[in-house]
Amino acid sequence: MKHIVIIGNGISGVTTARHIRKNSDHKITIVSAETKYFFSRTALMYVYMGHMKFEHTQPYENWFWKKNRIELKEGLVSKVHTDKKELEFSDASTLSFDQLIIATGSKPNKFGWPGQDLEGTLGMYHKQDLEKLEKFAPDNKACKRAVIVGGGLIGIELAEMLRSRKIPVTFLVREDSFWNGVLPAQESEMINNHIKEHHIDLRLSTNLKEIKSDENGRVKSIIIEETGEEIPCNIVGLTAGVTPNIDFLKESGIELSRGVKVNRFLETNIKDVFAIGDCAEQHEAIGQRRNIEAVWYTGRMMGETLAQTICGNKTAYKPGHWFNSAKFLDIEYQTYGWVFSERGKQENEAYFQWQHPTDHKCITISFDKNTHQFLGINTFGIRMRHEIFDKWLTENQSIEHVLEYLADANFDPEFFKLHEAEILAKFNTENNTNIQPKKKSWKRIFSLN
Amino acid sequence: MKLIKQSGLIIFLAGLTFFIATIFTGSFSLKQAELDTFIKEKGYKSEIIKEELSKAIVTQENLNIFQFSSRVINAYETSNNHYDALIAKYDSEKNWDAKGKQFQYKISGKPHSVSFELAKKSGKGFAADNTGLAWFLTFGLGIIGALMFIVPDVILLGKPGIKNDGIFLSAVTNRGWIGWFTFVFLVTFYILLYFYPDFIVNWVYLVDPISKSLSGNPAGQWFLYGYLYCVVMTVMAVRMYIKYRHNKYQILRTTSVLFFQIVFAFLIPEILVRFEKPWYDFKNAFPLDYDFFFRWNLEELLASGGFGLFILVWGVVLTIVVVPVMVYFFGKRWYCSWVCGCGGLAETLGDPYRQNSSKTLLSWRVERIVIHTVLIFVLVMTGFALYTFFTQESQVLGIKTQTIQDIYGFLIGAIFAGVIGTGFYPIFGNRVWCRFGCPLAAYLGFVQRFKSRFRITTNGGQCISCGNCSTYCEQGIDVRAYAQKGENIIRSSCVGCGICSAVCPRGVLKLENGPEEGRINPTEILLGNDVDLMDLMNKK
Repeated sequence: MKHIVIIGNGISGVTTARHIRKNSDHKITIVSAETKYFFSRTALMYVYMGHMKFEHTQPYENWFWKKNRIELKEGLVSKVHTDKKELEFSDASTLSFDQLIIATGSKPNKFGWPGQDLEGTLGMYHKQDLEKLEKFAPDNKACKRAVIVGGGLIGIELAEMLRSRKIPVTFLVREDSFWNGVLPAQESEMINNHIKEHHIDLRLSTNLKEIKSDENGRVKSIIIEETGEEIPCNIVGLTAGVTPNIDFLKESGIELSRGVKVNRFLETNIKDVFAIGDCAEQHEAIGQRRNIEAVWYTGRMMGETLAQTICGNKTAYKPGHWFNSAKFLDIEYQTYGWVFSERGKQENEAYFQWQHPTDHKCITISFDKNTHQFLGINTFGIRMRHEIFDKWLTENQSIEHVLEYLADANFDPEFFKLHEAEILAKFNTENNTNIQPKKKSWKRIFSLN
Repeated sequence: MKLIKQSGLIIFLAGLTFFIATIFTGSFSLKQAELDTFIKEKGYKSEIIKEELSKAIVTQENLNIFQFSSRVINAYETSNNHYDALIAKYDSEKNWDAKGKQFQYKISGKPHSVSFELAKKSGKGFAADNTGLAWFLTFGLGIIGALMFIVPDVILLGKPGIKNDGIFLSAVTNRGWIGWFTFVFLVTFYILLYFYPDFIVNWVYLVDPISKSLSGNPAGQWFLYGYLYCVVMTVMAVRMYIKYRHNKYQILRTTSVLFFQIVFAFLIPEILVRFEKPWYDFKNAFPLDYDFFFRWNLEELLASGGFGLFILVWGVVLTIVVVPVMVYFFGKRWYCSWVCGCGGLAETLGDPYRQNSSKTLLSWRVERIVIHTVLIFVLVMTGFALYTFFTQESQVLGIKTQTIQDIYGFLIGAIFAGVIGTGFYPIFGNRVWCRFGCPLAAYLGFVQRFKSRFRITTNGGQCISCGNCSTYCEQGIDVRAYAQKGENIIRSSCVGCGICSAVCPRGVLKLENGPEEGRINPTEILLGNDVDLMDLMNKK
């Protein structure tokens, strides 16, 4: 019986622990300084918005851990002694391990802005950020205005959170359109408009110069780089991406770059030490993926994979087709396969796009302009069935096939308006084709005979 | 907009205050002639009740309803005690003949119901004499105020989409003081309605004209309840329409329950009475309609000719054919979330409280024991009732059928379905009755779990375990536990309200009536990993 120690109780660490327990009898300890029990980080926003209480973000009841013999240790790891196979905590106590899994996730980026550590600045990543938010921005009386710096998913979620308490928000985005490094222009433009519809003061092509302090060391205002404009505010959200949270490993001998370097088996350069999730960095990128992927789903998959290895079934991390989803205020977004923005568009990539004339719904399908092979899809305001797109991607289907059978892929609730016919009509017009839509078929959806 | 909302709240509270205050108005006393008519109608043979009632309520005094009630009940008890004493006396003397004769003098019925009937005939004052104005000040202001409070949300809630902002920060929806106040109010209301109808006789006056126009009869306490039910559901359905205006499933479902409540549970039965047919709700399936096979009901149906026979056949077909066939194709949601009156109230009045249902494993265990116990109880009782009906005996194995029926009526019909079922909305969520008590839900659940095309499909590996689905599940299902495993949800308690799907920020959940094959799909590893790994796990 080995003692497996996991640093970090996020989705990666907890998934590993659960799967190790399913397949073995090893002693498992999860170490965390943030909270005792696992919670869903992505749901923190809903606690502030009053959709949920903190305990609702915890997927397992508190008795779960003891029942499954997963020990939980609260503590901040300050050093890892790989030679002695021992962790050292900030209170100088120690814990020895046979195998170590580093799953410490990320921390918000700070780019050296003057005043970035003042009281009233915060990321939106840890439970402690939520506590800060309750302290500095409980309502629009204590917080007259908030400024958010950084135009990614966390930024827009923070904006939504603050707006739910009627706090005025100025949203500084470096790019000239929201998330346009990832989204095609059509989508990015639609989100710009939707942000403004929510009375968020969206400032595109705008950078932060500095954060000014009042006499008590608290945030007073910010200065904009381009115009020198000063915006008075009570909090500043720093949401310009995240970096791996690995500072404590610097003297450990574990090979680091931006993250903890791992091979396909999620092994580091040191035997019996592994890294997964946001903090793991692949030596070489897998397919078109990035070396570091700070995404919920990949963390979960790495956890599932590593548990196999730990339990004696050495397994490489081979994620399947890329998928992701998010919600921009009221607009749901799903993506399957690869759709690059105009900026990152591949040599052979072409778009087919459709947009609803009035509702916030649109799709972009990317395909190979030579072979017409389907490469990926972005959907906004329409839900799609994961299994179907996974299958189509594996089968290298053509865009014509995808459009013909699009009804199979729809995952919207019953009675919702369907748009397959309009989408197909647009494709037929643009490409001079005459594809007829196929009716939805359970047989095809579930590959029944 | 905010101003309209706030004025609406004030008007609503004014209406509510008038409504409550109405109970304490009016004066109650009878003339001798009126009392004589009543006693004749009732066929009371006791001289004592006649005398006692004359002394007590044939008076010039301005009795309020509580004084009136206590006097009637005194008279009732005095009379019955007198004959009970005689019965005991003859019993000890073994004078069986004389003892037997005394029973005819005893007055049957619940004392508060007798008091209600007398009060209904004798009230004077604000509610009884100015029905129109009184209706406006109570129901009217309540409806106007509530709508003024609700309708501005079209604008205040912003763009269509899920808006659960502040639900856990509000004293109304997070078991705060307003929630507890609402709880006390609702529980009190149900206790009065079921056990002290005479105390709320003034409310019944308010709806007398409506009752007369529908059935031709003056209103009783159950007419008041039916009317109030429809009014509350309609107003709160407006709220549902606004809150879920982006979601067609919710809009259609709300319209459906509203339609079945107003037409099937309220209008049709009252109109049947006008045509001298038995009062019957055609959508109310046994065993939720637990007294369907009671002797009095069967006798009434058989006595009313071909139409009664039709109801009898329909009732049986509904339960043993329509219900399971529909559940096979659509899941139990076709009933619980699209048709049922209890479900209808839960989905409209109860929607603001859905997040208060407990999702712990413990409550799931309790739920399964309790709901199946009720199902067994109702089936045993019905067995007794049918045995008694066919054999004309009054007891089975030494247990009186009537006793079983009384226990069920009190514990399940009144306390569980009414007082707890609705009264506890603000504390335990809006489907306490459906989840823990409803025998029909248990029956539908068996079909849904083992033989149905219905399931909630989870979308591959897209779940982020955020917990919105579980939080807003009114039936206390830990939806997330399945979604994060990529496992379809086929739980017998799921009523298919569709809110989990509506609140999911990642589009992971879809209510579906698909093929039975592959409906149950326990998964070890989620989609997104490479195919070899999935194969490996599936082979295990």
